[in-house]
Amino acid sequence: MKVGLLHSLIRKEEKLLIEEFQARGISLQMIDDRKLVFDLEPIPNVDVVLERSINHSRSLYGLQLLETAGVHCVNSAKVASICGDKILTSVALKKAGVKQPPVRVAFTEDSALAAIEELGYPVVLKPAVGSWGRLLSKVNDRESAEAILEHKSVLGSYHHSIFYIQKFVEKKGRDIRSFVIGDRCIAAIYRSSEHWITNTARGAVATGCEVDTHISDISLAAAAAVGGGVLAVDLFETSDGLCVNEVNYTMEFRNSIETTGVNIPAQVVDYVLESRS
Amino acid sequence: MTECPVCGAEISFAAGTVIGELLECGDCGSELEVTGLDPAAVTEAPETEEDWGE
Repeated sequence: MKVGLLHSLIRKEEKLLIEEFQARGISLQMIDDRKLVFDLEPIPNVDVVLERSINHSRSLYGLQLLETAGVHCVNSAKVASICGDKILTSVALKKAGVKQPPVRVAFTEDSALAAIEELGYPVVLKPAVGSWGRLLSKVNDRESAEAILEHKSVLGSYHHSIFYIQKFVEKKGRDIRSFVIGDRCIAAIYRSSEHWITNTARGAVATGCEVDTHISDISLAAAAAVGGGVLAVDLFETSDGLCVNEVNYTMEFRNSIETTGVNIPAQVVDYVLESRS
Repeated sequence: MTECPVCGAEISFAAGTVIGELLECGDCGSELEVTGLDPAAVTEAPETEEDWGE
């Protein structure tokens, strides 16, 4: 089987995946998104492409162009488009009846402020497109809301005036990240931090989390809602049970292999190969 | 063997290093990207862009 790897920088995750493919005797065709030029004609000589680009926009268009050329991709362009956009993710979760924190979307400062006041403080303002906990704002009062909304409108590019507002969830210093591959929730970690942002990219510490039926059920439901594949689901623990914060389609797992005892890159490679066998 | 473009320290590659791989300079801590294997070459890794992530 011929496998392509759509990538840019090779992080620890991509290196582990490359080594997994090599261990199975599969020679990868490396597809560097920084060197690609699509003219909509040539079809890469591969049976399947594993997407691992670090840029959402390149992933999104790259996958659409590859799929148009008849190449099977993991994850699909549809999944990338939904997971790469928090608004579309919330819509997909809502359609599928998957629990998430209360969310509002507004397009002007005035309507966003009204939505924030209606939700009640604190809320979290998030860019619709973004990752690693960057540019998140926890808004504790009206004065902060007015200032942050103005800053986003005046100083940000146009998409920062598409306001994604999420009710702040008191998560007691941790959230859960679960890993879904196909129809299985293979592992989970707690991500703990004294900061309200609990991304490991921001210094949160990963510890093992047993996958029980609650975690598995909501993770699989969230994955199915966005189209399925290889996904990392971020969960909040609330007094009313688990809810889904985000779903990530180019998941990072370097801190989760030893923590969980699960060979995540091996399971990703199995899934990619089985998807075309 | 090549050198860090920031501090000039010697940079050597481990077996299995690939083009595009990120390395950290052991001397100055700069994040570097492997741009060549034979001959060995590195550049400073690109800055984080707005749509980078998972």
